[in-house]
Amino acid sequence: MLDLYRGSMRLSILENFQYRVANYFYMIGMIAEPVIYLVVWSTVARAQGGSVGGYTPGEFAAYYIVWTLVRNMNIVLTPYAWEFRIQRGRLSGELMRPVHPAHFDLAFFVGWKFVVIIMWLPIAALLILFFQPTLDPTPGGAIGFFIALWGGFLVRFFLLWALGLITFWTTRVSALFELYFTVELLFSGRLVPLSLMPGWAQQLAGWLPFKWAFGFPIETALGRLTSQEIVTGLGMQAVWTLAGLAIVSVVWRAAIRRFSAVGN
Amino acid sequence: MPEREPGLKAAIRSLVRRKTREIKAVDRISFDVAPGEVVGFLGPNGAGKTTTLKMLSGLLYPTSGQVRVLGHIPSRRERGFLQQITLVMGNRNQLSWDLPALDSFELNRAVYRIPPVDFRRTRDELIDLLDLTDLVRKPVRNLSLGERMKTEFAGALLHRPRVLFLDEPTIGLDVTMQRRLRAFVAEYNRRTGATVLLTSHYMADVVALCKRVIVIHHGHMLYDGDLSGLSDQFAAYKTIGVTLEDASASLDAYGEVVGREDGKVMLRVPKTESSRVAARLLNDLTVNDLTIEDPPIEDVIERVFAQEAPKEDAS
Repeated sequence: MLDLYRGSMRLSILENFQYRVANYFYMIGMIAEPVIYLVVWSTVARAQGGSVGGYTPGEFAAYYIVWTLVRNMNIVLTPYAWEFRIQRGRLSGELMRPVHPAHFDLAFFVGWKFVVIIMWLPIAALLILFFQPTLDPTPGGAIGFFIALWGGFLVRFFLLWALGLITFWTTRVSALFELYFTVELLFSGRLVPLSLMPGWAQQLAGWLPFKWAFGFPIETALGRLTSQEIVTGLGMQAVWTLAGLAIVSVVWRAAIRRFSAVGN
Repeated sequence: MPEREPGLKAAIRSLVRRKTREIKAVDRISFDVAPGEVVGFLGPNGAGKTTTLKMLSGLLYPTSGQVRVLGHIPSRRERGFLQQITLVMGNRNQLSWDLPALDSFELNRAVYRIPPVDFRRTRDELIDLLDLTDLVRKPVRNLSLGERMKTEFAGALLHRPRVLFLDEPTIGLDVTMQRRLRAFVAEYNRRTGATVLLTSHYMADVVALCKRVIVIHHGHMLYDGDLSGLSDQFAAYKTIGVTLEDASASLDAYGEVVGREDGKVMLRVPKTESSRVAARLLNDLTVNDLTIEDPPIEDVIERVFAQEAPKEDAS
């Protein structure tokens, strides 16, 4: 299995370096969103006497710069790709391999992440130069962040893989996915740091998976969490990863029976 | 299967009342294939050929009945089963689009856990057989359709499958490439003793590769036997080609004249009458040359399909 992962990751790295310019444009395009949030919140913080919800402009800069890395790490196989896969008949070929397709997807995206991280570094350097973030990570926080970054990737990977399996029952589920992504946007910390949200929203976010894939790694990097909170967060990531994995393995069996090999 | 009438009214009605129809894609099909056999599946579009192949390869669950391939139940999709089979679909690309095929081959080595020495030997053999030396180093997207199909074949056979399911493998290819792939499949079958199940709309594929054919139409099996026996069973006529000393003689009394070429007249006569008509021709006229032929296989197949009225179970 290790050989398979190595081979798949290698292929993914080769493919993504092949499209390095497209990848770069994609990443640069993605920066617009956090930069807008950053400018808005920095302005609000300055207008309110230097901080809002405990975030100074420098801390907002740190939040949204780390955001760019976490966002890229959060990119996994979307349910839309499932629609494409099934409608175009690509899944038939993938199912003929004697290995669960999730292994290929996981290895592909892990390989891609290595490319993403390398390509992100110069972008981060420019953002740091321009926005002057306040970032003072501890060694423990840095290790926690590294684990949380990959943990967040796994949480999102398995949950979206499970969500994508709905396409086995109906090949038009974009509206449902949009709803999922809206809830995710609100409760993940992507739109705004969760500590700026009302108390009930913060509490609810703790029970949902989205924060553990997005806001938690960022807050770990910023040094805003205690060691206890980091360990708890990593535990929550493990719980949600296992939950996603369990859903995938149970639903997969039913999904594959439903597979009607659409489009060949 | 959902269905509705065209138009806005029907679309609005379908919001509250969805109509579905149950269709049996294949029904009561039963056959055995011996190891090493090359069997052709014939049938028009929607006949159930691909559905049958997909059930045999484990892609589809049959709603009833039993399927066994190499001692496995395909729908269980066990590793031991999937490692021994391959499914090649024409116009379907499984190799990485942006990379040279050699990179995808390497991944297949890991997927099928092929020992490196065996992998290199098989890979080089396939590259040689399919004349791929230059092609496997180019990104797949830069290959022509025919070149891509050749590399797809190589990728699909690296694990030396014992059973090959080939679904329209030559579709869209030019005649030369079709011939090339046919020759390759025949050679692969000869060298490895692999069993081959082939669907194709090109009769040339079937004639070149399959001694045995299974004809399916509307999900029903119409024929299972030798390709040569198909004409005996279904062709209602034979074609007598006759060249006469007197080219102007009328032959209307002997059969239906269906063509004339270079002095040779083609007569269509009922199969049961062919010997008698031939004897009459030889007796009545001065004949320079006479041949009795089965109709082209395409005509026979067309006739088979025409005999079967559509049957669908609706509910």
